[in-house]
Order: sequence, then C-alpha cells, then structure tokens
Amino acid sequence: MATTTIPTPAPKINRIGLTVLDYRGGKTTLCAGCGHNAISERIIDAMYEMGVQPERVIKPSGIGCSSKSPAYFMSRSHSFNAVHGRMPSVATGAILANRKLIALGVSGDGDTASIGIGQFVHLMRRNLPIIYIIEDNGVYGLTKGQFSATADLGSKLKTGVVNDLPPIDTCAMAITLGATLVGRSFSGDKRQLHSLLKAAIAHKGTVMLDVVSPCTTFNDHEGSTKSYKYMKDHEEPLQEIGFVPAFEEINVEYDPGTTVEVTMHDGSRLRLTKLEEEYDATNRIKAITRLHEAHEKGEVLTGLFYVNPEAPSFIDMLNVTEEPLATLPESATRPGREALEQAMEELR
Amino acid sequence: MATTDVALREAFGQREPKRVVNNMSIQVATVNGSGSQSSNTVLLRSIFQMGVPVSGKNLFPSNIAGLPTWYTIRANKDGYIARKKEIDFVIAMNAETAQEDVMSLAPGAAVLYDEPLKLNALRTDLIFYPVPYDKLVAPVCPEAKLRKLVKNMIYVGVAAQLLGIDMAEVEKALRKQFATKVKAANLNLAAVRAGFEYATANLTKHDPYSIQRMDKTTGMIIIDGNSAAALGCMFAGVTVVTWYPITPSSSLVETLIDYMKEYRIGPDGKATFAIVQAEDELAAIGMVLGAGWAGARSMTATAGPGISLMAEFAGLSYYAEVPGVVWDIQRVGPSTGLPTRTSQGDILSTAFLSHGDTKNILLLPCSVAECFTMAQDAFNLAEQFQTLVFVMSDLDLGMNNWMSDPFEYPKAPIDRGKVLTKEDLDRMGGFSRYKDVDNDGIGYRTLPGTEHPAAAYFTRGTGHNEKSGYSERPDDFEKNMERINKKFETARAFVPRPELMTGKGKAKIGIIAYGTSHWGIIEARDQLRAEYDIETDYLRLKAYPFSREVHEFIEQHERVYVVEQNRDAQMLCLIKLDIKPELVTRLRSIAHIHGLPLDARSVTDELISMEGK
Repeated sequence: MATTTIPTPAPKINRIGLTVLDYRGGKTTLCAGCGHNAISERIIDAMYEMGVQPERVIKPSGIGCSSKSPAYFMSRSHSFNAVHGRMPSVATGAILANRKLIALGVSGDGDTASIGIGQFVHLMRRNLPIIYIIEDNGVYGLTKGQFSATADLGSKLKTGVVNDLPPIDTCAMAITLGATLVGRSFSGDKRQLHSLLKAAIAHKGTVMLDVVSPCTTFNDHEGSTKSYKYMKDHEEPLQEIGFVPAFEEINVEYDPGTTVEVTMHDGSRLRLTKLEEEYDATNRIKAITRLHEAHEKGEVLTGLFYVNPEAPSFIDMLNVTEEPLATLPESATRPGREALEQAMEELR
Repeated sequence: MATTDVALREAFGQREPKRVVNNMSIQVATVNGSGSQSSNTVLLRSIFQMGVPVSGKNLFPSNIAGLPTWYTIRANKDGYIARKKEIDFVIAMNAETAQEDVMSLAPGAAVLYDEPLKLNALRTDLIFYPVPYDKLVAPVCPEAKLRKLVKNMIYVGVAAQLLGIDMAEVEKALRKQFATKVKAANLNLAAVRAGFEYATANLTKHDPYSIQRMDKTTGMIIIDGNSAAALGCMFAGVTVVTWYPITPSSSLVETLIDYMKEYRIGPDGKATFAIVQAEDELAAIGMVLGAGWAGARSMTATAGPGISLMAEFAGLSYYAEVPGVVWDIQRVGPSTGLPTRTSQGDILSTAFLSHGDTKNILLLPCSVAECFTMAQDAFNLAEQFQTLVFVMSDLDLGMNNWMSDPFEYPKAPIDRGKVLTKEDLDRMGGFSRYKDVDNDGIGYRTLPGTEHPAAAYFTRGTGHNEKSGYSERPDDFEKNMERINKKFETARAFVPRPELMTGKGKAKIGIIAYGTSHWGIIEARDQLRAEYDIETDYLRLKAYPFSREVHEFIEQHERVYVVEQNRDAQMLCLIKLDIKPELVTRLRSIAHIHGLPLDARSVTDELISMEGK
C-alpha cells in the first residue's frame, strides 16, 4: 500500500511574522467558565490580527480576579499587577516614561468603581493613550461574592441579599469626563468585543471598555443582572461594528444610509452599521443621554457609544520629546556646566 | 503668639551701650499677605552683600492673608546661622501682635514701630524708634492701593540707617528683587530712601547693634532648600515628576518646573521631561512607580500627610523592587498638625513606611548644598537598589533662605543600576528578575519596550519566585524576603557616610544629630566649650540604614546625646534597633517639638542639665 505524507500546513502568521501562539499567556487559574478568560482570548486574537509587537505592550492591572488575568495572555509583554484601584496612576507613569509603549490596562468593577474611582475619573480626564478594560461582573470574587458598585438596582446575591443602591455607569462617566473611545460589550459577544478591541488598538487616546463578564461562582444565578442568561436575554447592541485596519485594503462598499464610517487616527476605519436610526457615536451629549435612557428602560446597551479620533492625547499636551524619556542619554537629561554656572550667578 | 520662649527679665539696669557688631537677630512682625517678603529679602540680601553671614527664617501662618507672620534675620560674624532665641531688634508692623512682640523682648532690645501704636508706653527697658509710616508713604506712593505694600519698604530704609547698612547695597538688593520690573523697583526704592532720610533727620541711635562690612560671603549664593533640591533633581537627570501640592513641598516642584523649562527643552523644542500635577498623593506615588518601572528617573515631593497616603505604594516599591525618589519636606504632625512649622517627625514612619516587613532608604540633608548633592545620590541609589529613596528635608531647610558656597557640577556620571538591554538578552538568552546573581541582593531588571522575546517579566506585589512567577510557597517567600533584606544591608556601604566632627582631646560625650538640627549643634558645641569647658564629638547622620561609623561612634563615647526635632526621639529609636544591646544605655535624647527651628541655647541648656551640671 502506498503511503502519502500529508504536509503539515505552515502556521498562520500575522503581518509582523508572529503566530497566535506568540500572544498567549500562562494557564489561567480563574474559575471554569469565567467571562474573564473569554476576554483574554479576544485580546490575544485582536493583538495578533492587528500585528502588534508584544514587546511594545504593557499590561498594568489593579487587584482582583480581573487584574490577575494579564498573566493569562501575552507573556511576551511586561505586566504590572499593582495595588487595588491604583492601576491608572501606574499606567500613567509608565506611559509618561515611554510614550512608545501600548498600554492595555485590566481592571475590575470593584477595582474601578469603588476603591479606584478617584484614579479612574482622573485617568479619563487626561485622555492618556491607554486601553482601559473593566472586566465587570458586579461582585467581588476573591473575597467571596460581595456586591460591587456596578451591580444593578434590585440585583440579587446568591445569599438572597438584594442590591438597593443604583449602579455607577462607568461608560457614561468616562464619556462625561473626556475618554475618547467608549463602549460596552459582553464577554460572550465574540464578534462585537473583537471589533471593539481592534478599534481600541488603533485609537490614540483613552479607550474605556466596560465588558460584562459573568462570575460563574458568585453571580451567575437567577436574580443576577450580570449572568450569562440575563445578558443573552437583555443585551441591546447599538450597532454592528466593522473594523478595517489601516494596513488592509477596503474591498467592500458600504451603504452610507445605514452605515457611518469613522476614520481613526492611524488610518483604520470603523464601520458602524446602525441598528438605531438616530444614534451618532461621535456626539458626546447624545451618547450620555442614550445611556441614561437605557437605565430607565432596563436595557443592557452594548456597542460603541462614543468615539473622537481627533482629540489631543495627554502626551501631546505635555509636549514630550519623541524618544522615550526612560532611555534618554545623560547628554539630554543633565544640562551642561554653563547651565549650573548661570543658575548660580542668578543666586549671588 | 510669642515667637520666642525667652522669659521677660524683670530687672533692668541702665547699662552702658557697648557696640555689638555683626551679631544680632532682627525680627520683622507683619501681616501675612502684606508684601513684606520682598522687604525682608532686600534687608537680608543687603546684609549678605556687606559680607556678613546671615540667615532668614520665615515664621508664617497657614493662611492666605491677614494673620500675623514673623521674619527673623540673623546676622553673625562667626557664621552661626541657626535660629537664635533672643530677638535684638524688632520691626513691629502688625498692630495685632505688637504688644506681645514687645513684651517678650529681653531688656535692651530695640523696637522700630509704627508711631500710632504707641508701643513706647509698654516698657521702659527697651529702645524705641517711632516711624510715622502713613505720613512717609503718601508722598512717595501716590496710588493709595499700593501703599500697604510699599509701606514695608520704608522700614528697610530706617533699619539700614540705624544699623549702618550701605544704601548702595540696599539698592542693589532691591534691583535684584524686582529684576525686570523697573517701575516697581523705582517706587520701592523711593520708599526705602524716605525711610532712610526720616531716620537720619529724626532718630537718634541708642541701641548697640550695627552691621559692618566683612568678607565672609564672597562668591556665595542665597537659596532655599526646595530650590536647591529642584536644581539637584534637574542635574540628576530626572525625567518624570508627579506631585500633589502640599505645604511645605510645593515650591520644590514649582521651582523645578521653572528650571526644567529653562534648561531641559531639547533642540527640537520638546521637553525631555514630563511634570504632572496628580489628583492626590496616591496617584502621585503610583505614577512615580509606573515611571520608575518603565525606566524613567521619577520623583515626587510631599510632606507628612502625603507620606501617610503613600504607604501602600511604598510597600509595593519595596517588594516589587521599583525605583523612585520621594522628597519629604517635613512639617509638624500628627494629622494636619502645624502645616507651616518645621519638624523631623516623619523619620520612624518613613523608615518603615508600609505594612509587612518594609524598610526604606532615607537621606538626611542638612544644607542647601546637600539638597543639591543628595538629589543626585537619591536617584542613583533608587536605581541601584531598585527601591524608593526618601529624602528627608524639612520646612526650615526647604522654605527658608540659606547662604551657601555655589554648588559643584556633578563629578560622577549618572548610574542607572542593573538594567539588561536587548543585546544583553541576545547574549544571555534569558534572565531571572529576582535572582541574586552578584551576591549583593540586587537582581537585574529589563525595561518594558525592550525588543527581545525573553525581556518581559511579571511585576507583582503578590508572592513571587526568582523568575517573578506567582508563588505562595513558604520557601520562595522567605528566600525572597531575605534577599531584599540583603539589599538593605548592602546599602549601608553605599549611602552617604556620616560626617564626624571631633573636639579637642578625647571627648567622653558624643552628639548625634541630622538635618537642620546641625546648625544649632555646631553653635551649641562652641557654647559648651566656651561656657562650660565641655568637649564633645559630633556625628552628623546623612542616611538610613546606618553605616558602621554610627556603631563605632557610640562604642567610642560614654554618653551619646541624640538631638532631633520631634517628641518621641525617632532617630534614637532607629539607632537602638541597630546597635548592640549593651550600648543602648549610652543613648540620651534631646528632642524638641515646638515647630520652630532648633536653636543652640536649648541644646546647650538641656545637655548641661542632663549632665547634672
């Protein structure tokens, strides 16, 4: 009998010659079925497809289940698992030190909306170039299931405790404060999250993505508003999000009557096919109004709420030199003898 | 409020006024926000330009305007520039405090006062000089709303005439003060002259105090510690500065901003630095860590309340081994305390700042020159040891004017510590972030952005092993903590060494002090020698952890007085933890907590009383 050798197909590589394996991380230690793991997978795919050099990425995070997840994707990127609620400041410092880094920050709802709300608020104001992801499950997992500040009014814990305080809408807050690409998604909505993440990578400025990510252990039961079932029943996408990276040719026309195209800073294009006739994702005030309406109606609105590709980033505003400050040579960071002489003369 | 703690002596004998040359304290009592700072600086600089050693200390309220403030200028031919308890010459401009200011003076002191206050009725044992400020200011300052400010320049003229300060020097100092504002300079100069002429025509000198030209300030500069620190940081190559305003540290960063704009804009017109005013101290220190981790020379400046807020991040820096520099311009605590008064009250809390077994490197500048040099030491040490370094200045050093020899250009190149580059990794293949390769406890790090697949590591405040992987293993944890402690032990030989000043012969008494207490100590040692024939040796600490010289000094002296500006003898406590148990009984504490800069007399008196003499 003749044997035939089946040639092993060459592994798929992206535009910088890396395989998807080059974007993988360590084995997750989160619970089986945790939404956070799905988000990690989407990050890996988006970074791979966008051809981002992993060594240029930093993964700052705070404390909590969500903040552990940077260990489970992109092992070739530096990670900084900081203190509870303070990821924004650590990320800000790192980007100030090296403007060429791509920051992908991971936080949770407790980390962002409670202990870290002060730093979150000020990060949004600055429009620092960063992708800020909230892996939002409405509960504190590592301390065994207490409500967080994004838990919906009337949501019920496994123990029967009902949440009687209104939730903080981190998206409405981010838009109000000055973030320039803001959206909400669901860890189970593979297509939408994938497109949002690719748009996030192309954006220059603060991206704030609130990703509802069910906690299978503490918040996935009947009565929870952050469960897989609740999300499947209540998710209301605003639009279909298409993303065409700058390095790809456009070969599909779109219907300007139903689709809006937004050109990103790097030349990538976002194609937003409206499901809601009136919605305009470049209008801040309407975005905020629509989010408040969603609360009134009890909808879980997802999609791209707001984008402004033109706003100057914090680094632009600081007029910082192009080279990373971190590695400037001594000749650039220590003024010469004549400078000290002059300073001394002024003090005589 | 009394700014002196000298009891009023009741007896007053009419003494023969003997001349006291270049040895006096002049105190100006004004209202906060009345523009007296310019007048006081002009007076200070005029004396300085006469070649007489001088210091200026501002005692001000935590208030924008309206509350009393006192500025004390000490001129001293022997170079003593610590605070002196006794005030010799008062310029009483503030009606609210004038009575108390006058009542607390020792007999024989001179009082320059606003005539309508009628202070001369209060005491008969002082020398009074009335000045009708309102009458004098009107002709030189037609614009009524400026008179409140210009009025203060009149006392400069009166004082110059009475003390014999050369008017040419006053004019030079005034022109420097107003620099480009020629109109304001002329207006103020007219006020100074009006005061001078009034004094010439109307006042007869009865007090013994005068200033005469010397040559002890040639080539020297006058600067405050915060500005000196700012210069030091700039020449240390700082690149990221994040801060939250707090008295008395704010002027450090504000001055740094000015200097950086002048000297650190590259040929492309872009900044070689980033300075960010953060939302609070938590964010300021978080940004310092983020920037330090990513390879910048990063710093913040704060005071006690900020230090407390930074505690959690300090532990992260210690344990995850992230460099950064923190300036603590100490003020009086606990809590909000006395925000505008000086102290050395953050020593213990900063040495151990954060939970768990955390120990931090502290540097202890005593002078403006050391603010400059220790800024460079701090950045080098932070990167060498991959940890936060705290520079423990204080309000007296940071916000007051000090004369100094000009600063020397840094001799050594910047030391960035153990950082592996792409080329290193090409050669090595990989690395273990927390492995003690060189037997000094210090591992090698990589910077984010290093283009090598093996460059990345996971930085965390959770338990970790040599390869920076998550670990809860008891042996991993213990080994790592012991290694970090080894780093701290290594640091003993790298921090600035203490300065030893010995007396004549073999002194049994040792004095240990640090920071601004130094200036009171050098004067107190001379007092002890001159008045009590007591010789002392003196060791000035410059850093924590202590180097071997500290242990040796205590071993060599029967009694060691540790002088500091806090209640609980904080440095003494740190020393106790470090020395052999049998030496602990040699330590004695002289501690002060009134918020005023330490004066020599208090030290002398307390030491004498503890010596049982």
